[in-house]
Amino acid sequence: MNAPPTTANEELFAYPQDRACPWQPSPGYQDLGRRGPLHRVRLWDGRTIWMVTGHTQARRLLADPRMSADRSRDDFPAVLPRLDAPIFKPIAIIGFDPPVHDVHRRLLAPDFSLKHVRAVRPQVEELARRLAADMLRAGPPVDLVQAYALPIPSMVISELLGVPYEDHEFFEAKTVGLLQAKSAEDAERAGRELWDYLDGLITRKEREPGGSGVLSRLAGQVTEDGDLTREDLLRIALALLIGGHDTTSQMIALGVVTLLEHPDQLAALRADPGALPAAIDELLRLVSITDVSGVRVATEDIEIDGEVIRAGEGVLVSSSMTNRDPAVFPRPYEFDVHRTVGDNAASGRQHLTFGFGIHQCLGQNLARMELEVAFSVLFEEIPGLRLGTPLEALPTRSGGTMQGVHTLPVEW
Amino acid sequence: MWVSADRERCISGGRCMAATSEVFDQDEDGIVVVLTSNPAPEQEDRVRKAAYLCPSRAIRIGDGPAGG
Ligand code: HEM
Ligand code: SF4
Repeated sequence: MNAPPTTANEELFAYPQDRACPWQPSPGYQDLGRRGPLHRVRLWDGRTIWMVTGHTQARRLLADPRMSADRSRDDFPAVLPRLDAPIFKPIAIIGFDPPVHDVHRRLLAPDFSLKHVRAVRPQVEELARRLAADMLRAGPPVDLVQAYALPIPSMVISELLGVPYEDHEFFEAKTVGLLQAKSAEDAERAGRELWDYLDGLITRKEREPGGSGVLSRLAGQVTEDGDLTREDLLRIALALLIGGHDTTSQMIALGVVTLLEHPDQLAALRADPGALPAAIDELLRLVSITDVSGVRVATEDIEIDGEVIRAGEGVLVSSSMTNRDPAVFPRPYEFDVHRTVGDNAASGRQHLTFGFGIHQCLGQNLARMELEVAFSVLFEEIPGLRLGTPLEALPTRSGGTMQGVHTLPVEW
Repeated sequence: MWVSADRERCISGGRCMAATSEVFDQDEDGIVVVLTSNPAPEQEDRVRKAAYLCPSRAIRIGDGPAGG
């Protein structure tokens, strides 16, 4: 249908490609999206996988039990060189199929439930106000990433896990080292340092039971022949620490950029604070910070839309493009904070920024709350906020899938 | 309309409760609890939406008074 199977491998679309605008998918993906829902693309190692840009197809594939998320399988595609690092091969929860996936996810579910998240919201509000006050005191220009976007999710996840926030510079730097590494070796090195750090931390928690946080609670449940081994716990700690702050901090940063570059939308939001939750979902849809909803490998032949995904073939679901499927989102490239407003609280939440199926983001309730607090406090406390550099000059991340900026200079 | 939820399949994201907390709740473990298996007519759209959004396809709905 799109790229005929006879196309020479070298002529296939090379994945990934950098964005030209911080909140819009790369022009190349936009082209693909116009051609149809399923495409064959070529990865850095020459391997061909499927890229899904259609919303219906994405939902079907991500909910299909014949699609495996098991990163330790030989046929699982490494979308970037860094993902070839051994530390990523059995990454907890996200990289496991049932039954192990479900057992671990259920161990964590209580700490990420909507109720729990609502209960910690006041503390996050206090934190955001303190950070905004510090910014005002320091005066412009300020790097919003270091001063605000990163400390919020970083403190929240340290508190939740029971990781000492004093160590934040270390774990933030190593997380960036792991997630932005250009080679498997660099990723492995940063990952191992985090691993050793968490190993030491869990040892301390084992010696002094009764501490606060998820890791202390789980340390008390470890059994070498049961559902949670010590190695499982370490892998879970690593996945939550990494997953918990980089995505959310970059979503705050690019969300602020998107709002500042759409003054009419920001004004509309200011005039109607009740629209904030829906506006957050619209920002999540538009920015699609991870750019990817999920990567899988087919364990059986799967027929879809007249194509056959063969057993052993890799599949990558694009969030930035499925979030722009015109069948689901009219005027898909437009940022419209009122798109999702309506009687139905769930309308417009069809975006696939948090994935779909059993791996849909465990931290989504937490992330939504952090984003709500971050945007509302920031624009309330610093109403005159503006970019400190022209949009074109923003130091954006490149060469990967995870979007973001290295720094975000702002003034007021 | 009837609605039921399979607590074994639920992966506890709370999408259903966010769609309507009149019909869905989460227990302390974050797992779905159906508050009423025969939602009021004005809730039906939200319940349909919840079934559509549920990432683990744990929510079942149907016409009539009782779940099958
Ligand atoms: C804006 C912020 C975030 C975005 C866009 C995001 C995105 C995603 C996506 C797309 C997936 C699905 C991956 C797949 O199916 O392969 C996922 C899974 C996951 N996320 Fe997030 N995430 C965010 C924040 C968080 C936070 C704050 C945490 C907290 C620790 C977190 C923890 C996880 C975990 C543990 C999984 C694996 C769930 C599973 O496999 O069952 N994420 N996330
Ligand atoms: S939306 Fe589905 S998976 Fe999520 S809590 Fe409700 S029933 Fe469970």
